Amino acid sequence: MSKVLVIAEHDGTNLNGSTARAVSCASDLGLDAIDVVVLASDGSSVAEQAAKLTGVTKVLLVQNPANEHAVAAFLAPQIESLAADYSHVLAPSTTFGKDLMPRVAAHLGRPQISDIMRVESAMVFDRPVYAGNAIVTVEAPEGLVVGTVRTASYKAVSNDGAASVETRSVDVNLPSHTRFVELQSGGGDRPDLQAASKVVSGGRGVGSEENFKVIYSLADKLGAGVGASRAAVDAGFIPNDHQVGQTGKIIAPDLYMAFGISGAIQHLAGIKDAGTIVAVNKDADAPIFEVADFGLVADLFEVAEELEKAL
Amino acid sequence: MKILVGVKRVVDFNVRIQVKADGSGVTTDGVKMSMNPFDEIAVEEALRIKEAGNAEEVIVVTIGPKAAQEQLRTALAMGADRAIHVETDDEIQPLTAARILQALAEKEAPKLVLLGKQAIDDDNNQTAQMLGALSHWPQATFASEVEIEGDKATVIREVDAGLETLSVDLPAVISADLRLNEPRYVKLPDIMKAKRKPLETVTVEELGVEHVAAVKVLKTAAPAKREAGIIVESVDELVAALKEKGLI
Ligand SMILES: Cc1cc2nc3c(=O)[nH]c(=O)nc-3n(C[C@H](O)[C@H](O)[C@H](O)COP(=O)(O)OP(=O)(O)OC[C@H]3O[C@@H](n4cnc5c(N)ncnc54)[C@H](O)[C@@H]3O)c2cc1C
Repeated sequence: MSKVLVIAEHDGTNLNGSTARAVSCASDLGLDAIDVVVLASDGSSVAEQAAKLTGVTKVLLVQNPANEHAVAAFLAPQIESLAADYSHVLAPSTTFGKDLMPRVAAHLGRPQISDIMRVESAMVFDRPVYAGNAIVTVEAPEGLVVGTVRTASYKAVSNDGAASVETRSVDVNLPSHTRFVELQSGGGDRPDLQAASKVVSGGRGVGSEENFKVIYSLADKLGAGVGASRAAVDAGFIPNDHQVGQTGKIIAPDLYMAFGISGAIQHLAGIKDAGTIVAVNKDADAPIFEVADFGLVADLFEVAEELEKAL
Repeated sequence: MKILVGVKRVVDFNVRIQVKADGSGVTTDGVKMSMNPFDEIAVEEALRIKEAGNAEEVIVVTIGPKAAQEQLRTALAMGADRAIHVETDDEIQPLTAARILQALAEKEAPKLVLLGKQAIDDDNNQTAQMLGALSHWPQATFASEVEIEGDKATVIREVDAGLETLSVDLPAVISADLRLNEPRYVKLPDIMKAKRKPLETVTVEELGVEHVAAVKVLKTAAPAKREAGIIVESVDELVAALKEKGLI
């Protein structure tokens, strides 16, 4: 019997939407069972949410005070001790999974397949390289497969499952060399960038932190998440967790609106799976227009204001 | 303390990637090669730690073909003290790279290994974490701020939810994100000086590292292309188009 173990991402209270996307990828493997493991300090509510994900066979709940924050050095040895029962171990390719899974893979002496975007068979996968400018088809060597799932390539599974929740105790020594200090969250009430169906993004063209109000205001009118280019984050207009692109978040909203973003390949890497792309830029030659479904060559401030009124 | 920094030779980030028609890979002949941008940031950070009096020596290492010595020379010109070239013409995957770095770390006994968070060619984002696992060292990935105090490092990490701070004991491995620093420009006299700095060559075999079961690349394809759409002339036209698609 071959089974896949999906590592749940959560914040202690809520299951992160990336988990449902990773389960969707796991379903494509066509194995006998999909288990989800919730590593938490107090994770029963997260485990219940995971048990509802369609296709999940069983949820393992591993509770340990050390799991209060997702510290890779603590989580990896616990996952390693569970892995023996599985043919595949997957996690979303968010900063959580990117940080954690190579540590798991190396502990187990296995290579890792990063950013799985398509499952061809249980051992053959497509993944992007060169910021998504080439796609490689790769075959994992025989044995346990460790991978991360490019969440923008998968739709979340629905919530009509009823898996059982099993509490597991994992007896491993955890290191004392790492201490979680704090998490400063950009937060706010706006929709999560990675889950939002609409995203309004601003680039260097927005010009200042003050001017970004125009972007927030339009986003709020649309019920959209707010994104940004690296240049806008580097300039301090907006916090880092809004960055979209090769090294930021890879997103797949139905609607993506780019204001004052030129469209560098590293930025485009983050929006390749967006449904409809709208670009507003005063430079008619900006490369963003090469990928935009609707382009408007104009001043972004005038357009944002007019658009907000028209909605 | 010593700091070991890994640098990789990659296709320059400004190059438009061409996938070969026969699916065997991407064109690298005659293409501009550079140091992976994240590694350049790692080198810069190591130099700043040394300049702040928290390290005595910065050693840069690359794993790759003869030509990768160019990137080592760049790192030496930036200010690294010496270089190690692990020479191989084989394609080295992250787990093997991590084993090589582990072998070097055992030999050189650095207190800190600094790597870029990902290489912009294979975009794997694995090596630092794998090295952390193999060495049983703490890891602090995607660093945007590093502070060394005695036997500890405090690292601010860029995560999806914001900025996370970890405190780790040294030795540790840290992977650099883009906002950690802005690498210095190399000046001509530094390039001349770098030519006289020590550069040692070793092979993978000499380090006692065996190749591990590797991921096999079956084919390389160009991504699905997005068709360019239309240019609308006014906000009204845009609103009408989005309404028609049911997006607003
Ligand atoms: C290794 C690496 C990784 C990277 N990762 C990322 C990443 O993840 N995400 C990312 O975004 N970038 C990334 N970058 C950076 C990327 O290469 C670009 O530098 C960046 O995306 C540019 O941001 P921008 O489009 O906002 O700025 P610019 O390129 O400066 O473009 C600003 C645009 O605004 C327009 N504009 C100015 N004023 C107005 C106005 N009033 N009205 C309308 N338009 C206006 C201009 O015409 C211009 O096109 C990375 C780079 C490297 C080297």
